[in-house]
This record gives sequence, C-alpha cells and structure tokens, in this order.
Amino acid sequence: MNSIRRQDIILAGVGGQGILSIAFVIDNAALKEGFNVKQAEVHGMAQRGGAVQSHLRLSTGRIWSDLIPKGGADLILSVEPLEALRYLDFLKPQGRIITSSNPFVNITDYPDQEGVFARIREIPGSVVVDAEKLAKEAGSSRAQNTVMLGAAAKHLIVAEDGLKNYIRVLFEKRGEKVLSANLKAFELGRRAGE
Amino acid sequence: MSKEILLGDEAVALGAVHAGLTAAYSYPGTPASEIMEYLLRINGRPEKFIAAWSVNEKTAFEEALGASYAGGRALVSMKHVGLNVAADPFMSSALTGANGGFVIVAADDPSMHSSQNEQDSRFYAQFALIPCFEPADHQEAYDMTREAYELSERIDQPVMIRLTTRISHSRAGVETRAVHPKNPLKSGKRESWTLLPHLSRIRYRRVLDLQSGLVRTSDESPFNKLELNPTDRSFGIIASGIGYNYVMENYQEADQRPSILKISTYPLPEGLLRRLFEHVDTVLVAEEGAPLIEKELIGMFGIAGKKVIGRLSGHLPRAGELTPEIVRPALGLSALDRRDCGEKLAGRPPQLCLGCPHTDTFKAMKKALEGHGGAAVFSDIGCYTLSYFPPHNAIDSCVCMGASVGMAKGASEAGLHPAMAVIGDSTFGHSGITALLSAAAADANMVLTILDNCTVAMTGGQPSFATGERLLEIIAGVGVPKEHIRVITPLPKFHEANVRVYQEEIAHQGISVIVAVRECLEEAKRKNKAGGAQ
Repeated sequence: MNSIRRQDIILAGVGGQGILSIAFVIDNAALKEGFNVKQAEVHGMAQRGGAVQSHLRLSTGRIWSDLIPKGGADLILSVEPLEALRYLDFLKPQGRIITSSNPFVNITDYPDQEGVFARIREIPGSVVVDAEKLAKEAGSSRAQNTVMLGAAAKHLIVAEDGLKNYIRVLFEKRGEKVLSANLKAFELGRRAGE
Repeated sequence: MSKEILLGDEAVALGAVHAGLTAAYSYPGTPASEIMEYLLRINGRPEKFIAAWSVNEKTAFEEALGASYAGGRALVSMKHVGLNVAADPFMSSALTGANGGFVIVAADDPSMHSSQNEQDSRFYAQFALIPCFEPADHQEAYDMTREAYELSERIDQPVMIRLTTRISHSRAGVETRAVHPKNPLKSGKRESWTLLPHLSRIRYRRVLDLQSGLVRTSDESPFNKLELNPTDRSFGIIASGIGYNYVMENYQEADQRPSILKISTYPLPEGLLRRLFEHVDTVLVAEEGAPLIEKELIGMFGIAGKKVIGRLSGHLPRAGELTPEIVRPALGLSALDRRDCGEKLAGRPPQLCLGCPHTDTFKAMKKALEGHGGAAVFSDIGCYTLSYFPPHNAIDSCVCMGASVGMAKGASEAGLHPAMAVIGDSTFGHSGITALLSAAAADANMVLTILDNCTVAMTGGQPSFATGERLLEIIAGVGVPKEHIRVITPLPKFHEANVRVYQEEIAHQGISVIVAVRECLEEAKRKNKAGGAQ
C-alpha cells in the first residue's frame, strides 16, 4: 500500500441549500493543509430548486478526474435526505452517508419519508441529523448546511480547526450575528455527528 | 507565486489578465458566465482592464476584435451556442488576423446540463482554420490562455480556448506567474483588416499557408504528450482535453498504463499521432464532445492494418459527456464495486421560484387562451422555459435566442391562431429586436409577451440592456402601434385585469406586444444582500 491520503465526497442537496458553501470551507481548509483539491459543481439551470451535487476530491497525491467515479466515493454528505439517496451508486461499498433528516418537499411525488429513512439506515455507519432543529438552536435556520458540515467533521481527513477558520472567512463579512450562528451550528452538528 | 483555488473559467480569466489583458467582452451563458463574472470582480485588484457584458455574443466578439485591431490583448468568452451567434465575425476574424493577441473562449456543454443542444466548438476552430487549445486541468487553463496570447501575436491570428462544463465549473489549485505588461496601442493595417475580395484572397492564402507550421507547433507543444508503453504493442489511447483525466483516473499506477497520447492543441499533432500508430495496432480515442479526432483519423476508409475505436465505433457513447466509469469498459476494465441505487427516485427538476413573476404572466395568458384550441406559445431561452413543466405546461417551443418572435410570425402567416411569443427582456435585446422589426413591418397577427424582470435571471443576474423605459422605446421604435403596446404587472391581484389585456390583444388582428414588468425575486434578494438599495 502507498501512503497517499485521499477522500472523495459527494455533496448533495437542493438548489439554494448552500452546498457550495460547505464545499468552499472544505476546499480551502484542505488546500491550506497541503492537500490537492478538485471540486466539480453544477451551475445554471439546475440551480433553480432542482437537485444539485458537487464532487469534492482531496488527495495528497495527484487527482486526475474532476468527477468521482461511480463506486469511488467515501462519503455522501447531504443537506436533504432524498438527495442523499440520489447518488448512492457513487458510494464505495464501505462508504457512508451523513445527511440531514429534513425533507425539502418541492415536488408532488416526494416519496414516503419513512421509506427514505429506512433506505438510509441500510447503509452501515450512516449518520442522520436534525439539521433544521440544530440550526434554529444556533440562531439561524439557514445554517443547516453548516450543521451538516459539523456533523461530517469527525469523518473528514481535514483538521477541524481549518474548517472553523474558513467558516470565519466565509461568514465574517455577513456580520457578527451570522458568523456566531454558523460557528455554533458547526459545533452543534459536530456533537450530533459523533 | 501562490496557489489559489479557481474555477476553470476563472483560471482562463486570470490567465488573460496576467497576459496583459486590455479588454474583455461577453454575454452570459452557462458554462461560460463565470469568466466575465470573475473579471468584473477582480478588475483593479491590482490589474486594470476593460471588462463588460455585451448585448449579445456577436457584439461582444466585434468589440473584442476592435480592441485587438487597436493593438490591445482582447478576450471574448461565450457558451458554445453563443459562437453560433458570433459566427459571422468569427469566421472573418481568421482573415483579418489579430493585431493585439485575440483569444476566443467557447465553453461547450456536452450532456446539455444547461443548454438546448450539444455542439463541439473544436469544429469551429477547424472550420475557421485557427488554432485551438483544450485544457485538461486548471493549471493548463491558466497556462494555455497565456500561451494563446503569445501564439496569437506570433502568427497574427485569433486563437480559441475550448472549455467544457466539467472544467469550467470545477475548482482546483492554480499557480500563477508574473504579469505580462499591456501592449502599447498600435492600429492594424488597413489592407489586412478591410476584407474586400481582392484583399481577402491574399489574407485567405496566408491562413492556408500557416497550417503546416501550426501542425509543427502542435507536435512540439508541451501541452501534448506521448508516453509509449514499450512492452504493449497492441493497445494505445488518444485522449483529448478532459477526456485525458478520465483515462488517467482509471490507471492510478503508472506501470499499468498502455501507450497514451494526450492531445490539447489543434490542428492535430501529426508527428505524435504517427508515432503512436506505428507503435500499437488498436487505438481508442477518448474525447469530450463529438468524435472530431476519431473521424479525422479514420476518414472514410480507415487506416490500413490499424483499428480505431471510440464514439463512432460504439466503444464509447456517441452523445453526452464522458465520465471515469463510462470510459472503463472501453479500456477493458470492469466496473468498480458500488452500491445499488435501487428503485428510481422521484426526480427533482429545476423549477420557477416560488412567487416568480413569470408564473403570474403565464397564468393570465393561459386563462385568456382558453377556448382557443389552435393556439401555440413560442418561447425562448431563459428561466421562463421552465414553464414547460407542470403545473404550468405553458409553452410549446424553445429553440434558440430570439426564435420565439420569428417563429410566431411565421406560424401566424401560415394560418395558426393565436400565435403567441414569449421572450425575456435580455433575450429580446440579444436577438429579438430585429425579429420584432420584421413582425411589426408586416403587422403580423401575433401577440409577443416580453417578460421584463430587469435582469438576466437564469445565469445569475447580469445586467439587461433592454429593460424598463428603454425597452418600451425600442418596441415603439421598431413600429409597434402605441395602442398595442400594453404594460401589465404580473401579480395575483391583477390577474383578472391581465387576462382582459390578453383577450383584447388576442382579438386584435395585427401585432401586439404585452410587457410584463416585475423584478426577478432573486435579483431583488441579491440587491438587498449587497445593501444596494438605489
């Protein structure tokens, strides 16, 4: 075995839920720590309330493809439970799901929610977090993405301090209140993810 | 210098800035919009240059061409279909040549993530006989843009950078280099830039004469790389642009790799290709987009004693983008173990935002059309195309920028009634004005709705040129009678009144334009966020 450290993550959610903010934080923290980073994302038409995903690849070695191969992802990190299932075929057999438990219902044929959770629980090691509740507790219902980033922190190869630094970079320009809510959201998510 | 995380689009933009950019122009379109977005954001930090959105790609192209004529380094960027709009100046710019370095960026969208068709801009470069660079990664996107300016000035020709969605919209670290100073201004020669037939013939001969030298340039380019596997004489791979990454992803260990020729510059490096074909019997061509290289290699009759496989042979899909797993079977590798997706999940297509003004406009229009069985609604390119989906089910066509207006006129003249056209304010400015001039001159029996939401909404809120008062003046200016220019406010509380406006104009035998004015909600939010109350 070689000593290359790598992690491939699928970020999932619905347009507007802030998965690119999660990506920004992980990307920059990873780069700062010396990892190579590639991150593919979706812009344009699909952003309008549609399913969105981002492929995030971190490695101490060379990263060739911008896309994670199907069967190559170590982790699916999702801000929405149905969206967590949409990319299951990207997951390695031993990969895990970390998702929020809060459905975003903007379609008429949203499946039975218990069924969705049952399928998530079939994946060993999966973590389901009530991001909406924790985000409200942190002081901003919009911070559900940051809660989920916190929930994933223990499972990422990037150091937690680096993540917190870039949460600061991302949110400090939006004022003290928004920043402290997001730092708290990260902390509450981190505890829930353990 | 330092390494920063950039989108592929941003790497190209920064490459142009560091190459001593004088002026850049663009029209928004996925996946190219972020090039201009980034230029606008970094202008003056510290390099200063001209960066501006234009009314359409043809205009943007000509503005950039003018900057090149004046001696500056110029950039024009657009999505693939934008190059169709700019094709006229594009083809002729191959003859005028470039005085200051001139780089054209075309961002293709294979798999049509956010586009109405799939086309491969490399064909355009080949068509115009200009060189084309196709970066495989972000560092190359930056380096190639800088090199494109050098090449453009060396050979006095525009140079294309061809991107695809996956490189435009992925991020990676890029190392930047020292900034090249701006060119001093120096106008082009009139005998080069005046394409009168007797002069054009000289210029065209010049373009033809450049070609063999460009092939040599490709053969010597550090962006192309041939690595022969000395022991495997059976199988080799040609991989271009981002296709190279998908091939390499599947050979993490260097000693497993067959012979691989990476191609990132066009015209094709004939010497490198010849060496690969001398070495192996079967060659797989993995290219993102259309089978341009594959077809060029096999021609009509193939290569004697050699087998070329790829998108044409069925070893790779003929349409759509490549991915690491799509490439695997063509490499003779089995699929990775993966989890099963199980039963198909409910889809989540993009949709109009809750409270979007377009929704109210379409509701009023549909109500007025009740009982008109023969109606057709010709739509255009923008957010409102999403009204195709339930619950709206409001439109019957979407073809290209501006097509709604001309199609409604043609359908009406063929006898269809009511002929309805729907277009956004920016798309109208882009390509609808001339079509409305034509319809007004003929007093075509049609109703055009212009959805004035004051912005280019679909691509993220760039400024619109044909909005507000100016829009109304344009409509009147092309000859639509004042009494048939109707302004409505698309809000639920005005629904009944708006339905009546539609009924009246449908009943009118002649041209009518209904302007539905309400600001895009996303745009209003962005302004609030920026504290930009004006």
